Amino acid sequence: MKQIKVNKSKIKKFKFLKTLTGIQGLDEITGGGIPKHRPTLLLGNSGSGKTIMAMEFLVNGIGMFDEPAVFMAFEEKKDELVMNLKSLGFSLEEYIANNKIYIEQVLLDKNEIRETGMYDLEGLFVRLEQAIYKVKAKRVVLDSLDTLFSGFDNNILRSEFTRLLSWLKKMEVTAIITSEIGDPFLTRMGIEEYVADCVITLDNRVTNQIATRRLRIVKYRGSIHGNNEYPFIIDENGISVYPIISEGVQQESSSKRISSGIDSLDEMLGKKGFYEGSSILISGTAGTGKTSLATSFAFDVCKTKKHCLFCAFEEAPNQIIRNMGSIGLNLDPLIKSGILTFYYSRPTLQNLELHFLAIKKIINQIKPTVVILDPITNLMTEGPNSDIRSMLTRFVDFLKTQQITVMFTAAITVGSIERNPSDEGISSMVDTWIMVQDIEVDEERTRSLCVMKSRGMVHSNEVRNFLISGKGIILKPMDRKDKIVTPSESRRRIKEHQNLATSKDSFGLKESAR
Amino acid sequence: MSNKVQKDSKVKVVADTPGKTKYILRLFVTGILPNSVRAIKNINTICNKYLKGRYELEIIDIYQQPSLAITEELIAVPVLIKKFPLPEEKMLGDLSNTEEVLKGLSIF
Repeated sequence: MKQIKVNKSKIKKFKFLKTLTGIQGLDEITGGGIPKHRPTLLLGNSGSGKTIMAMEFLVNGIGMFDEPAVFMAFEEKKDELVMNLKSLGFSLEEYIANNKIYIEQVLLDKNEIRETGMYDLEGLFVRLEQAIYKVKAKRVVLDSLDTLFSGFDNNILRSEFTRLLSWLKKMEVTAIITSEIGDPFLTRMGIEEYVADCVITLDNRVTNQIATRRLRIVKYRGSIHGNNEYPFIIDENGISVYPIISEGVQQESSSKRISSGIDSLDEMLGKKGFYEGSSILISGTAGTGKTSLATSFAFDVCKTKKHCLFCAFEEAPNQIIRNMGSIGLNLDPLIKSGILTFYYSRPTLQNLELHFLAIKKIINQIKPTVVILDPITNLMTEGPNSDIRSMLTRFVDFLKTQQITVMFTAAITVGSIERNPSDEGISSMVDTWIMVQDIEVDEERTRSLCVMKSRGMVHSNEVRNFLISGKGIILKPMDRKDKIVTPSESRRRIKEHQNLATSKDSFGLKESAR
Repeated sequence: MSNKVQKDSKVKVVADTPGKTKYILRLFVTGILPNSVRAIKNINTICNKYLKGRYELEIIDIYQQPSLAITEELIAVPVLIKKFPLPEEKMLGDLSNTEEVLKGLSIF
């Protein structure tokens, strides 16, 4: 933010001219689109989505900004192109009929041609120029450069390519030129990236058998841009680059409170409950009642006639409904009235981006007050931890901008709390962290609950007994005033103290280490 | 078999005999760009030397007739197309390599 201020004082009202692509997310990363009246190189391996992205750039230009377009196809046939894009929801026929887009198929058959001396690509220029005039095009796509290069002498083509770029600038069109990615240079020909003003690479990588598409802006002359790799997806609505980085910058922080659904837990959280729009993590070992806690929160929210989205990654909705019935939470009527919505999906079904995008779509539809993810640890198996962490952070940012309270549950294994990186990653990004634990004493297991952290509120540092009964969840202070102290009873208490001490210690260390 | 081959080669010889076939050539250029100017000069020299009196050369400027660039599938220019005698042959470049041009024109 500071930098922008400095710029303003130096150059008044300078604005780098950009052309919006209309592609969800891409305009945010580039800070307003690709350079106006300049060529952009779009590089990627086969199947990385170059043609689709280029085509969406054109179709959006027509549909959103009324900018006619020219598509020069060196690779695909015109009818095939129209057909392929139809399946992605782009109706090209209408645009072609209305003279909004002109698709020119360029046949390159090197074998028939005998080379007899010097030549240039003026024929391409003539055809392009004619096409541009025909529809008064503002946007141009050349797909793809490799096919063009394979047809001719590379030495001639290099100089011709440089000439093409400056010619495109002169024509005042915003162009995208696609090309395969090469090694060691970005492009196979090894020159294009130096002469283009903006270079974007696309990638489709497979990690743990799940493919993830990624986009990166390699260079952008004259503009600040996000330089990370951003995941993107291609679905029936075209391309969405996700996550959107602008999210989370200007989020408002509400001082309103929302009840956790359990009176005694609210009491521990400054007597009022969570902040609205905050993120809450419930972590604990298996069978400690994480889902029960989350469901009682959801139940309470729904009772106040506010929408709630429950994303289940482990149990099927019907199973959750049955199980929660046993602790007095009757979810059936809430679902029937549409106030509680379930999203259920197997984590392995698709990659994380698709999961979050699907959830995001539902969020935009039903506008919930609360979103519950149960459990996120199941998603952790679907890719490297760093990916998930950044993905979750951005997802939380997205929810925060929408003022949606989010609750995650995380399953951790016994005794390995500090060793579990997933938990570590998330706990730093949440506002409230509730820990549920099993404390084993003699022949008895006792559930306990404590608030590990809760930003911005006075919270209890007490460890409470956590009881799940047929009537719901009750938290009770740990019973310490036993009248009769039997030997076993005193042993129990010593152990209990030890257990609590160690668990607190480990968290203390963890927080300070960070 | 051997008979047949001989027969074919005879036919070819007849077709290639100078002074008997008329050549129809088309040269596609782009205005007065250096490559185009050279190509026009070169084709005139070649035609005068090898095809004197039996060729028809049409020089087409695709700046003037851009639609022809599409119908003839032109990307790189200049291009010389031998329309007749068949087979049709395309030659790309400024025609400075006379040997290649003669090969393309089937004149040895």
